[in-house]
Amino acid sequence: MNTAAVSLSEVSRKFGEFWANREISLEIRSGSIHAIVGENGAGKSTLTRMIYGLLPPTSGSISVRGQLVRFTSPRQAIAAGIGMVHQHFMLIPDLTVTENIILGDERGSLFTPLKKKEAARKIQSIAETHGLDIDHDAVISDLSVGEEQRVEILKLLYREANILILDEPTAVLTPSETSQLFTTLTSLRNEGKTVILITHKLDEVLSISDTVSVMRRGRVIATKPTATVTKSDLARLMVGRNILLRVENPPENPGKTVLKVVHTGFTDRKGRKKLNDLSFAVRAGEIYGIAGVEGNGQSELLSILWGMVEPGCLVSGSITMNDHPLKNMNPAEIAATGVSHIPEDRLRHAVIKDFPVSENMIFGRHREKRFLRLAGFNAKAVRAYTNSMIDRYDIRCGTESDPPLSGLSGGNQQKTVLAREIERPGLRLLILAQPTRGVDIGAIEMIHKKIIETRDKGIAILLISAELDEIISLSSRIGCIYKGSIRHEFSTVEIRRGRTCEQDFEKEIGMFIT
Amino acid sequence: MRNSLFKLLTPFLAIIAALFVSALLIMATGHDPLKIYQKMFSMTFGSAYGTGQIIFRTTSLILAGLAVAIPFKLKLFNIGGEGQVLAGAFVAATVGFLLPPQTPPFVAIATCSLSAMIAGSAVALLAGWLKVRFGINEVISTIMLNFIVQAFVGYMLTWHLAVPSTVHTPEIIQSAQIPMFGSIIGIWDKSPANFSTLIALAACLGAWAMIFKTTTGYEMRAAGLQPEAAQYGGINANAHILRAMAAGGAMAGLASTNFVLGYKHFYEAGLTSGIGFIGIAVALLAYAHPLWLVASALLFGFLEYGGLTVNAYVPKDIFMMVQAVTILMVLVLTKAMQRV
Repeated sequence: MNTAAVSLSEVSRKFGEFWANREISLEIRSGSIHAIVGENGAGKSTLTRMIYGLLPPTSGSISVRGQLVRFTSPRQAIAAGIGMVHQHFMLIPDLTVTENIILGDERGSLFTPLKKKEAARKIQSIAETHGLDIDHDAVISDLSVGEEQRVEILKLLYREANILILDEPTAVLTPSETSQLFTTLTSLRNEGKTVILITHKLDEVLSISDTVSVMRRGRVIATKPTATVTKSDLARLMVGRNILLRVENPPENPGKTVLKVVHTGFTDRKGRKKLNDLSFAVRAGEIYGIAGVEGNGQSELLSILWGMVEPGCLVSGSITMNDHPLKNMNPAEIAATGVSHIPEDRLRHAVIKDFPVSENMIFGRHREKRFLRLAGFNAKAVRAYTNSMIDRYDIRCGTESDPPLSGLSGGNQQKTVLAREIERPGLRLLILAQPTRGVDIGAIEMIHKKIIETRDKGIAILLISAELDEIISLSSRIGCIYKGSIRHEFSTVEIRRGRTCEQDFEKEIGMFIT
Repeated sequence: MRNSLFKLLTPFLAIIAALFVSALLIMATGHDPLKIYQKMFSMTFGSAYGTGQIIFRTTSLILAGLAVAIPFKLKLFNIGGEGQVLAGAFVAATVGFLLPPQTPPFVAIATCSLSAMIAGSAVALLAGWLKVRFGINEVISTIMLNFIVQAFVGYMLTWHLAVPSTVHTPEIIQSAQIPMFGSIIGIWDKSPANFSTLIALAACLGAWAMIFKTTTGYEMRAAGLQPEAAQYGGINANAHILRAMAAGGAMAGLASTNFVLGYKHFYEAGLTSGIGFIGIAVALLAYAHPLWLVASALLFGFLEYGGLTVNAYVPKDIFMMVQAVTILMVLVLTKAMQRV
């Protein structure tokens, strides 16, 4: 009985005039790991949300194990054995692992005591079977991100889900956690469960999935056995043209030191040490990459560098930029010394979503004389500047002349921020945090090119990224950050050598960041 | 595109829905709603005096609305319009009768309105400071300040400033009085409508230009939409909180030009009561836009005075309900639209 776990037939979903999903027909084989890849906005999440009952399809039909279904809420999908691990976890931080897992499924009535012990035993046995190593009495807020994800998966297994949907599960994991997750997923598949994996990391698709579907512009372009495709095949299918997976990186020509971080420490309000004797230097005309798993002090370092340390936190050590101490300066003053910063969460921190593109193009630079007239802005100058940036950075705004920024795709939003920050007059130091997170492959290529171009203009660049391949392909030197200090630094020569056998090099870096 | 069209239609749908509800209420009192509406219309926009009354009320409501609308751009909910208008009116009246009688008109009017603006501003600024310094929610502090101002003004009036055996202050000097439309250009005769309406309209234009055309307004809107992003962009959100509260309070204080300088020429107990609260409704209906606010204030001015004109047939309370229903409908329709 090898029926499809989920099969979709001519499923479409329309938002207004926009087809998010169009005539999708897809069979997801029972007992397989099925990867769905595609760029942002290709319709991956719409598709999974329809399967999980969060969105009704506009037309077409979905069946689960041969049964035609029409879910109106996730509750029905769960009852049909479908479970989903979202990108953002849905856990209650103050409760224990067991309490979180049984939440919503307590199996009791109002005044009967909770059978927590029994639940804990069951959780323990599921966890052991699938290598989901976890302490079931731990409180969620004490867990690492990887552990939280295991709790999410356990939650689904506890509810006896047969079909698991995972949305970008490795985005927040360390390389070792990722391989642990993959072991679990393989074990689940071998037990006959079906895994639907949403991702944009092509290496992962190739290493774990049995079948892969590529989505582009709301349609499923191809569904193939993974063994028959290569990485560049997938990339071409996703983007619709040949693309460079690795940007060209000519030798750099570093100058004198621009940013110098010396013995810097950071203690947060609760007294936890986040940075510990952190030292490194960035020279003009080089890219210093900081490789590391999120939560090892990167955010704290960024908050110091941008003058946004929260009150109550303690900072020690010294940071100098072009021999100016950076102490007690606010973001506007730091920017005025020739620093640009592209924060990791750009939608929250770098742009005003409801403002039009032109107003975002000057955001944070709106005090520059060239944009001002009397008490207001020189609308013509702002407009002209925006247009020239749109041309030079290939920002696609659609048909409207100056649409709100929220109307642009993730890649184009990032290009807007990049244009604004790179073109800052008198720029000497560019701080980039996760510059291509949530950005399409096509746009990544262009952003990487611009970063190298900026470096070659003699600007010092600090690159903080959780994507090792990005760090490797761009950096002149790599510092591996672990628990708030640089544990190891790779030299330019080592990196050049590492690029020739990238997978081994990634593993080597991985050893220093976990 | 569809969204902005719907946003534009929402207030009108809300008004229609509210009129429908009031029609039901009027029927419940045993009257024919159409007849009542007709009567109401002929006694308001149908007559010069009625129109003048509406203009007078609209003027106060515009300024009370601005008091809410400007801080709203920073997502601050200034519930304290009531206290700020009161502080302004009381100070304008006091300064107005303390000025030497020979003060030239322009100077006298400017002094009175400026001190009223400063008074309103000071009250609002206190709430702003509490927010910036201690993180106290402005809704709570502005409500509390309403009580404080009311009690203080009540005390000052009864114990120190009232003309004996009355509940009002002495009349302000002749030159501080803003002339009525009726006495100068002969329109809306005998009604309290006065030239401070022009001040209110200028304030609207000024607020619009400040919010949408200046760098300050740009920073303010950014800080209101995404405070964290504003901080990254080097914008001092706290300074803008203080600035917006001060500007809002000043607008509330300016309403005294209409009440005191233009109409009563003194402060009496209860002169401004309720205006600050209706101002909230006015601002909400106009989505806190300084220009739409004029239309919204006009509607509420009409409902307020219109209710009075037919008070002999149906209780004017019905039209207070209409005002509230309109606002609730705007909120409901806006939320409903987001779900589509």
